[in-house]
Amino acid sequence: MTKNNANDNNEAGDTRPDRVVGTPKADERVVAGVPGAPHDEHDGPYEASETHVRPEEMQRRGEKVASLWFVLAFLGGIGFLVSYFLFPPNAAGEPAIGHPLIAQYSNMLLGGTLTLAMFGIGAGMTVWARQVMPHYEVHSPYDELPSSDKEKSSFGEFFMKGADESGFTKRPLMRRTLILAMLPLGLAPIVLLRDTGPLPGDKLKTTPWENGRRMYVEGTSRALRPEDLENDPNGMISALPAMDEEGHYHGISLDDQAKSVIMLIKVPEGDWKERMTEKIEGTDETRLNWTHNGIVAYSKICTHVGCPAALYERTTHRILCPCHQSTFDAADAAHVVFGPAHRALPQLPIGVDDEGYLIATGDFTEPPGPTFWDYAKD
Amino acid sequence: MSKTTQAPKALRGVGNFIDDRFHLAKTGEKNLRKVFPNHWSFMLGEIALYSFIILLVSGVFLTLWFKPSMLEVVYDGAYERLQGVPMSEAYASTLYIDFEVRGGFLVRQIHHWAALIFVASLVVHMLRVFFTGAFRKPREINWLIGVAIFGLAMVEGLFGYSLPDDLPSGMGVRILQGVMLALPLVGPYISMFLFGGEFPGEDIITRLYMLHVLLIPALLLGLIVAHFMILWHQKHTQYPGTGRTDKTVVGTPMYPAFAVKAGGFFFFTFAVTAGLSGFVQINPIHLFGPFTPTSITSGLQPDWYMGFMEGSLRIFPNWFDIAPFGYAIPTAVLVPGLIVPGLIFGGLALWPFIEQWITGDKRARNVADRPRNAPVRTGVGVAGITFYGVLWLAGSNDILSETFSIDLYLTTYIFRVLAIVGPILGYIIAKRICLGLQRRDRETLEHGYESGTIQQLPSGEFIEVHKRSSDETIHVLENKPPLTSTALSEPEVDDKGVENPKTRKGPGKLRLALARWYTKDNVSLDDVEPYSGHHLHHSVPEGEKEATH
Repeated sequence: MTKNNANDNNEAGDTRPDRVVGTPKADERVVAGVPGAPHDEHDGPYEASETHVRPEEMQRRGEKVASLWFVLAFLGGIGFLVSYFLFPPNAAGEPAIGHPLIAQYSNMLLGGTLTLAMFGIGAGMTVWARQVMPHYEVHSPYDELPSSDKEKSSFGEFFMKGADESGFTKRPLMRRTLILAMLPLGLAPIVLLRDTGPLPGDKLKTTPWENGRRMYVEGTSRALRPEDLENDPNGMISALPAMDEEGHYHGISLDDQAKSVIMLIKVPEGDWKERMTEKIEGTDETRLNWTHNGIVAYSKICTHVGCPAALYERTTHRILCPCHQSTFDAADAAHVVFGPAHRALPQLPIGVDDEGYLIATGDFTEPPGPTFWDYAKD
Repeated sequence: MSKTTQAPKALRGVGNFIDDRFHLAKTGEKNLRKVFPNHWSFMLGEIALYSFIILLVSGVFLTLWFKPSMLEVVYDGAYERLQGVPMSEAYASTLYIDFEVRGGFLVRQIHHWAALIFVASLVVHMLRVFFTGAFRKPREINWLIGVAIFGLAMVEGLFGYSLPDDLPSGMGVRILQGVMLALPLVGPYISMFLFGGEFPGEDIITRLYMLHVLLIPALLLGLIVAHFMILWHQKHTQYPGTGRTDKTVVGTPMYPAFAVKAGGFFFFTFAVTAGLSGFVQINPIHLFGPFTPTSITSGLQPDWYMGFMEGSLRIFPNWFDIAPFGYAIPTAVLVPGLIVPGLIFGGLALWPFIEQWITGDKRARNVADRPRNAPVRTGVGVAGITFYGVLWLAGSNDILSETFSIDLYLTTYIFRVLAIVGPILGYIIAKRICLGLQRRDRETLEHGYESGTIQQLPSGEFIEVHKRSSDETIHVLENKPPLTSTALSEPEVDDKGVENPKTRKGPGKLRLALARWYTKDNVSLDDVEPYSGHHLHHSVPEGEKEATH
């Protein structure tokens, strides 16, 4: 506490309130004497005129009620400890919390008792503050925040003198070289982050699909044949490239799954729309050439922000992404018919191999997944 | 307690020990005497603080078992339904907390509920501050800190939601990555660097964990401490009332009364959080299953505070997507991902300075405004709430569509219209309500309040008796702060008929226009004498006043 700090004028006891506020409300119940009225003879930490002491009878009742709450809280706390030891943690003991139902009971008991313990303490303290303690309406001045002009100019003078004395303003060579010295150091933390990940390269643009790659039903190692689509009631099967890499469950890494997952959809003859028969730029092929026997394969990853567009409605051939409701027409080259997606789901060219298994006949011609700025560039 | 009791010896000992080293007696007493104005709305910020404390404590407990690792393991824990399923260690360790750590399920629920309550109380607290003008000088910086806390809390919540690596949480990360990828030029790089490669990679959970338990909480803690130190130094605002002025604060002292009340309130907050956690299940990750990038379920909903982002992603159309020189700029992702939150947070951060620029009010304001007395600010606030609320609802349009059997695409169209029309209507309606309330204030001041007592006059006429309002009411109404702007007091033309160069064009002209917009329609109570019309006992049209008596 420095002596010249004029703002610090609200030290306790320095000022007295200008006037009295907080006269009792007319509807407050009279118990004894004048409840809530300022007690001139009251001897508390604050001005008697600002303190409204509760009547003794109210205080006594308050003490009882508060204590009752505290006892309840104590019982809640004991209940919490008991609930903890009631349920052994491992499956060997009975009843163990490994079972969802038992876990739920345990959760309710622990939560319920904890609530009681916390609520009891809170309620008791509130009763204490409202019925036992006096009610205060204390005045206090707001500090005058701006310093006086004298203080400001004194500070300004002191600061500039110091700056001049240090030579920081007068000696530009030293100042500029110091700033220069800081520059590379400032870049260092950013440079150090370089190894947090590889450069994109063509990683976003290629997938494990290649000519001759068979496809597994998602989550299994069962290779798909065209007949599987005939029998499927949904008319749609999710599939992944048939890979059997070491170290991955289902033989394929999550990264590869995320970009190569496809939907195989059987579209009845005659339901195809015009985009399927348009010539693909730079080739003689149409998108129908990329289908096999009415089976078309699209990337399952929405081109909006990457959720699996997994909802397929068989009658309308519409593919709906449940996240943001981008809708694609499976019979029309997965063209966007509604929603925020930027472009169609990439189509995977497919065929069958000698043994009659479905295969890819190449990679996607366009990157699957969320659209990024240079997706269309090679 | 008839006379001051001597402090017990042990307490004196400790007190002296500390004071000998820090010289704290005077400062300590001053701070224990600190005055806190009483109003229920001042407890909203307290809820935020207390939930933050609950978050810290419950979060520390969870770190004892949680493994922030994306290593794939086959689950063989106590939860039978997922045994044999490949999953990340993060998900498996979360199951361990749920089903093998006693009280683990509860603490996880407490952590999640407290997070929801934390952000909710932040938002409601900010609304209180906004609508009462408590952000005005000298509290602008604390308002900015509050905006930063709000923003960080959202990110912190999103990252925490992502850690268990269950299906919906992984999908949240996927959407985050999709939005990142859409950034022109830098998108793929940012995504590659954050994820340590392609999505989902093997690093993201570990990195989000560091951000969630170390970096962001440290920033939040720092900001919250700064928020409190500034609040403590500048003192609370207070609502208008007798004795309450910009110079004097009236309220309950810190010690002993406020400390006990606030302590009790902490326990209430904790009790509500614990009660919800015990009986209202939230985020049951064992039912969702582990994340795989190929699966999804319909009806996915983020935590509530991300709902407006989700909603804007859902309803913003792809009509403005462009591809100059073959480079895609997916505005349908960029606008909801950057512009919408930018508008909301930027608007919040800038408003105090915009308002100050319009009004030219440079005084320190310690008495809060009644929202009706700043109709334009209240209108703008309601417009903001409406905009946010429409986007938030749009984030659950699939649920709404199913629940109310409305066509899914129709809900999108409705929300697109509402997002534009809603805020405008909200502004107009809120402003009109404010003006109506101001007129009622004027009438109350002139006539007293309508008592509901009907009297029949000897002439046979029925009137309603007006009664005198309380002194407090009259004080508040009489001291309604004037709504003006310094821009309006500058002459538009000087005595020679030359236009004021300051307001002729550019920012000066804009400021004048905004000042007019900000102050027009406001009802002045300055010319009203209290009860100047009270002998009338009832309101009569202006022209009949003389005739009635």
